[in-house]
Amino acid sequence: MAELDTSGGGKHKGGKVRSKKASTRVDLTAMVDLAFLLITFFMFTTTLNKPKAMNLAMPDNSVIKNQLPVAESRTMTILLGAHNKVEWYMGLPGKSAPTVDGYGPNGLRKALIDNGNQVASTHAAPDNFMIVLIKPSDKSTYENLVATLDEMSITAVKSYAIVKILPIEVDALKSQGNY
Amino acid sequence: MPRVKVARKSTAIDMTAMCDVAFLLLTFFILTAKPKVEDPSKAEVPPSSKEVTIPDDNVLTISIGKGGKIFLGFSGNDVRTETLKTMGDQVGVSFTPAELNKFANTEIFGVPMKQMKQFLNTPSDQMKNFEQTGIPADTTINNELSNWIITARKANRGIHSKDYNIAIKGDRLEQYPSVNTVITVLGHQKLFKFDLITTLKAAPKRH
Repeated sequence: MAELDTSGGGKHKGGKVRSKKASTRVDLTAMVDLAFLLITFFMFTTTLNKPKAMNLAMPDNSVIKNQLPVAESRTMTILLGAHNKVEWYMGLPGKSAPTVDGYGPNGLRKALIDNGNQVASTHAAPDNFMIVLIKPSDKSTYENLVATLDEMSITAVKSYAIVKILPIEVDALKSQGNY
Repeated sequence: MPRVKVARKSTAIDMTAMCDVAFLLLTFFILTAKPKVEDPSKAEVPPSSKEVTIPDDNVLTISIGKGGKIFLGFSGNDVRTETLKTMGDQVGVSFTPAELNKFANTEIFGVPMKQMKQFLNTPSDQMKNFEQTGIPADTTINNELSNWIITARKANRGIHSKDYNIAIKGDRLEQYPSVNTVITVLGHQKLFKFDLITTLKAAPKRH
């Protein structure tokens, strides 16, 4: 097949008829074809995407260390409600009505960036970064939590924590129909 | 003058070397491939833009499947054997070597201690039909999940003298209370740093 017969046969001029020497070479083309086919198959079927991970550090609340008071105007609280909705407010709970928002670039991310800039411009350095409290309600999903934490890293929020939600905040979520 | 004869060359190419290489590569790929472990929790992980890969070994993974069922998996066959022995001693159940061996080869499980014997005696071909109900857990200091975790960590420390990296693998649509339970259980053991397993989505532009 892949080998041309170069022996130039057909010259027996009445001499002894010799049996042709059979070549010991095996045609490997088909075998190579098969091997590469298998390689290709294995390469395509193996999944290359390993699971990715997101680091999360919870505060160690078993030991109360020295705690510095923080200006309330620097804190932004994010309440994770039901139906993939968030509500956020600045400062202390109950003082201002929370803003209802969605996840994603135009919702929470925009709010985080805007509030971050506002805090940075109204406070003196070096204590002018925003502190974010994430409060997942019982009706929020794990995906919501991960999405929120992801927004933290996307918007480079320096300081954030997952905190237990307060009853007053649950009421706020309820009144907006997000619980 | 005699004609100069040009020797006819064979057009056949020696395929031996190519064949060798092809099969070498093939063998390499087959041997390095790891079989995918069937995850009984069937958790569908949420996407995030993080690109940190979790290490392959020395990980303790807590999976939260549909309905808040909690599954546990930790690396090291020797650690698993040791952990099951210790856990059995605590509740006064002794496991046969066959059962210990079966457990050592179980990458991830989610059965209460009461059902453990039944679970380990299920033949491999019926394992798929075995309904794993999840490891009981609550936010108190002492519960079965925290027992498992602390026992596994102790066993790992004893055998490999290192501590596990903790990873949490949660189902996308699982509600927060079950996640909170796991985080609280870990918090009671002074574990405050862990990895949340996510899948990669395209990272958005930084502002």
